[in-house]
Amino acid sequence: MGSLNIENVKKSFGQVDVLKGIDLDVADGEFVVFVGPSGCGKSTLLRVIAGLEDATSGRVVIDGRDVSSTPPAKRGIAMVFQTYALYPHLTVKNNMGLGLKQAGTPAAEIDKRVAEASAMLSLEPYLQRRPAELSGGQRQRVAIGRAVVREPSLFLFDEPLSNLDAALRVNTRLEIAQLHRRLRATMIYVTHDQVEAMTLADRIVVLNGGCIEQVGAPMELYNSPANEFVAGFIGSPKMNFIEGARLGESVRTIGVRPEHIAVDPHKGDWKSTVIHAEHLGADTNLYLDCEKAGLITVRLFGVYNAEPGATLYATPDPARTYRFGQDGRRI
Amino acid sequence: MNRATASLPRSVAAHAILISYTVIALFPVFVILINSFKTRRSIFGAPMMPPTPETFDLVGYRMVLTQGDFLTYFQNSFIVTVASLFFVLLFGAMAAFALSEYRFRGNRLMGLYLALGIMIPIRLGTVAILQMMVASGLVNTLTALILVYTAQGLPLAVFILTEFMSGVSDDLKNAGRIDGLSEYRIFFRLVLPLVRPAMATVAVFTMIPIWNDLWFPLILAPSEATKTVTLGAQMFIGQYVTNWNAVLAALSLAILPVLVLYLIFSRQLIRGITSGAVK
Repeated sequence: MGSLNIENVKKSFGQVDVLKGIDLDVADGEFVVFVGPSGCGKSTLLRVIAGLEDATSGRVVIDGRDVSSTPPAKRGIAMVFQTYALYPHLTVKNNMGLGLKQAGTPAAEIDKRVAEASAMLSLEPYLQRRPAELSGGQRQRVAIGRAVVREPSLFLFDEPLSNLDAALRVNTRLEIAQLHRRLRATMIYVTHDQVEAMTLADRIVVLNGGCIEQVGAPMELYNSPANEFVAGFIGSPKMNFIEGARLGESVRTIGVRPEHIAVDPHKGDWKSTVIHAEHLGADTNLYLDCEKAGLITVRLFGVYNAEPGATLYATPDPARTYRFGQDGRRI
Repeated sequence: MNRATASLPRSVAAHAILISYTVIALFPVFVILINSFKTRRSIFGAPMMPPTPETFDLVGYRMVLTQGDFLTYFQNSFIVTVASLFFVLLFGAMAAFALSEYRFRGNRLMGLYLALGIMIPIRLGTVAILQMMVASGLVNTLTALILVYTAQGLPLAVFILTEFMSGVSDDLKNAGRIDGLSEYRIFFRLVLPLVRPAMATVAVFTMIPIWNDLWFPLILAPSEATKTVTLGAQMFIGQYVTNWNAVLAALSLAILPVLVLYLIFSRQLIRGITSGAVK
């Protein structure tokens, strides 16, 4: 069906090295999410897999076939773009069928596949419309449909939800998850949103500065981050980092997630002053200024009333406190 | 304008400025038009007056349509303008697509080189162009004019279209590539329709100087069979006697075709602008 192997892929634009040697194996049917900050090379890596950019060196193997010099249309892939990228002059039906038509698929077969895909994505009422007559969510569903009809061995998603509003984003995320379960196809998904990464992925690839920082299942990254970068990137609000020296420890940095700190008005490890409280209903974020640890964020479940200026004692959970050495790696 | 942003004195001032500019700009055309319908005596007697029943005379038009082969001149002008326009838009858009879409060594330099023509008037090269046309046996052919005008129009076309083409979504072109469209189909079917307003702008800017040009027809194609309208109208201007009726009538007629072409393109222009703005 669709496996993907990336072997030592490097990509430079002039003097700038965007990808510095990426190795990755994706098994058939896996949902892999590339996540990282802007400019980390995740979109470039996706484009190299798609064949829209040539790798400077290294190999891309899809289904055991080296496709490094195969044009995008012949790689057995389909791609969904952030800006939908629908053909403005074609109807929804022709938008979905164009790739197959180019590949010389018989018209009856195209009709059948378009009908199947549009039923799956509830697009039937819109088949004769043009993209300009659709809403943002419908357009992205058409773009997904266009990928589905090609029955590719590899689906590539380039930040497909970034242009949608919050409510639609959740719906479409759900649809993509269902689609994956239904088609059992291999999917590569690029995003900078770690919520999308955590909710969709079988495995997450965290990229930073053109290198892979860590590869693992979502909970693996959350519970045992390999280094300071991954620890800070996965989880929201962000992990608190405290200089080791401030707490009298020899390590460079100590990290503890906001949800792994308890507070008490009377006793605890770190005496602190409340700076600000955010009430989200289901949970409360407190920003505390600790005498020992500096500024930290604490996430409490449920409602917790704390006035700015009040004194609280924060206690980190020792079992879930992470220590990072000089090179940023976890000890 | 809505009430919150409009103020009476300001809108009066704006209208006064715009109306006076319009009057100044249209005045020569207006004078040509009214005088083309008058007798010779009244053209000189009262050039600013519109034709009255006494002074009304179609002698100029009669002379233009009977003397000389004006139909051929119009046809020549039309062929030269339309063909040059076609080649300018086609080659200009292709060059612009290559410059904006592909990364290659010397891309910037090539863009600069192609735009250089905007700054250097093509007339400086007239002697060389004439020698070239003589050598290639193209003197007194419309081909010579079409070639020169295509060269004259390309720099601006490449310059404007490159800017617009780099604004076309990369994702759209990449989607086409993944669906297996050739670069030609991506260019003609996806990119060109999206830069149509820019194409219309370029078309208008290219067309008018070509239609109005006297220089190159006079030098490269002065024969009877290849005369353009502007050159044809010159035959009524003599060293000692000028037939003003005929000159004015010929010029009035010459406005019409270019006006039609302009209306066609400017409609495209407006449609393009609004379709982009009101999603």
